[in-house]
Amino acid sequence: MAESTSIPLTIEFTGGLELLFSNQRKHKVDLPSSKQSPNVADLITYLCDNLMKDPRKDMFVLDGTVRPGILVLINDADWELEGQETYQLQPRDEIVFVSTLHGG
Amino acid sequence: MDFDGARGSREVVELRLQIENLESRLATLKTQLAVAEKKDILTKSQDDFVAKPSIKPGTEDSHGALDFTNLKRGTLTEASHSRWPLQNEEYTRYGRQMILPEVGLPGQLRLKDARVLIVGVGGLGCPAAAYLAGAGVGTLGLVDGDTVEISNLHRQIAHSTATVGMSKVDSAIKYLSSLNPLVRYERHPEHLAPSSAIDIFSRYDLVLDCTDRPSSRYLISDAAVLTGKPLVSASALKTEGQLVILNNPPRSPRDPAGGPCYRCVFPKPPPAESVLSCGEGGILGPVVGVMGVLQALEAIEILVAGPIVSDASNGTVEAEPARPTLLMFSANSQPQFRSVRLRSRRKDCAACSSAATISRRSLTSGLLDYQTFCGTVAPVDMLPAESRISAAEFSNLPSDSRGVLIDTRDETQYGICALPGSINVPWTGDAKSWAAKASSLEDVARAHGPAHVVCRLGNDSQLAVKAFQEHTERFEAKDIRGGLRAWREQADPEWPDY
Repeated sequence: MAESTSIPLTIEFTGGLELLFSNQRKHKVDLPSSKQSPNVADLITYLCDNLMKDPRKDMFVLDGTVRPGILVLINDADWELEGQETYQLQPRDEIVFVSTLHGG
Repeated sequence: MDFDGARGSREVVELRLQIENLESRLATLKTQLAVAEKKDILTKSQDDFVAKPSIKPGTEDSHGALDFTNLKRGTLTEASHSRWPLQNEEYTRYGRQMILPEVGLPGQLRLKDARVLIVGVGGLGCPAAAYLAGAGVGTLGLVDGDTVEISNLHRQIAHSTATVGMSKVDSAIKYLSSLNPLVRYERHPEHLAPSSAIDIFSRYDLVLDCTDRPSSRYLISDAAVLTGKPLVSASALKTEGQLVILNNPPRSPRDPAGGPCYRCVFPKPPPAESVLSCGEGGILGPVVGVMGVLQALEAIEILVAGPIVSDASNGTVEAEPARPTLLMFSANSQPQFRSVRLRSRRKDCAACSSAATISRRSLTSGLLDYQTFCGTVAPVDMLPAESRISAAEFSNLPSDSRGVLIDTRDETQYGICALPGSINVPWTGDAKSWAAKASSLEDVARAHGPAHVVCRLGNDSQLAVKAFQEHTERFEAKDIRGGLRAWREQADPEWPDY
């Protein structure tokens, strides 16, 4: 049976998203995993509940997933190439949340 | 043409250059004639040595005024001149890039043949246009409906103090013409509109998105897909930039081998309140400059590589499937550059898939409203009149009636200029925690009379007053209508206008 353990991850926020996370880009996160391997959806919920101090949750999550205008990168690839929310996280995965910029 | 000055100075530069060129050409011809007469060389034997250019020079589109090949056609001197596909000056001007194996003569001729459209002549468009003009792109089209402002100049390098107030397109052409008069510049001094985008894009080979808002990014992407043009798109804010090449290769909609478009990567626009402009968020000049220069680089690489040939018989690189990437730049990160893989075309993309709903007709007929699609942020207007005060009224209040003055701008802006006696409590976005913090400050708690709240433009200050009213005992709170901008207009003309 699965033990209560955790998965070490590197999380990064860029494009202004870091402002929602204590103005810090890089975070080391030990994602608790009571089940075999949590996926990216679990991670997003965890970040919202534990890492995000800013109350403006809808600037990060909307309708149950990251809001439009945020790219999620799993080990330097668009998460759409990796199965989006269903991607099962591995130890030392690097997950980057990028807010798209529009200035010019 | 509404700016005669730019045209005038451009003509002067061009005429001087033509005269210079003609004089040096004449001197060369005289020397050649003398040599030829002495050695009595036959015309025919000279023709045998004519180098055959590997690519037909496309000089039709280029600057006719400087095309010497049309002069004295058929004479001995002409025969000796026209054996080179570029004008003499062009070898010198572009020599440093032509000797690169990546460019060479074929690459330079492709650049000269190329027609590039730059949408947005600001922080991205200025450096992009400068490098493309310098590289000898045959025709550069510039689209922008704005005029030059002094706050543009720290980053928009094609404009100058002397062109403040001028159309950005004309200001840039004035600069670019003196940089390289051999390029043909085409003016589009208006904001890109859905009704004209297809018509304009059709006249170019490649498009650069140098604009500054989501609505124009979707419009440009749609028009690029519908007209089959590769799109080099960049953006920048604060100390970060992003670059992506879209619709490359520009296969027809429905062909999954084409590169993804903006809608494939971002099917839904971001909430309007999450979008920051350079005026709101700030921008470091070299950051947006780097991104514009990178756009020019990508454009040159695409143009020099030439059309993709599926049958590579002469050893050139085989056409590869699109490998879309996003390049992210961050001035304060280590490493500063990072390239990530993006998805390919989306099967249900509204623009470039077989399920596409966006067509040339829906664009030109005005059926698509990009402003509505992307949403707008309405100015905040949430307080009753009795909770507001004008800047002029506030400035006339006797000092004992002013109560406590709270400034909700961030620490950096507060550090630029602040009203005497004001207390800085930056707006956090969360009413409850902000109100708790503000009311716990000793100076606020102790103050008699109303709390007045001010910010840069008068939006956050209303939210802060509302927060006071809803989450604290202090109901006497008023917002200074229009913020410090109004303060400058109504009370203190010397207030810094940053």
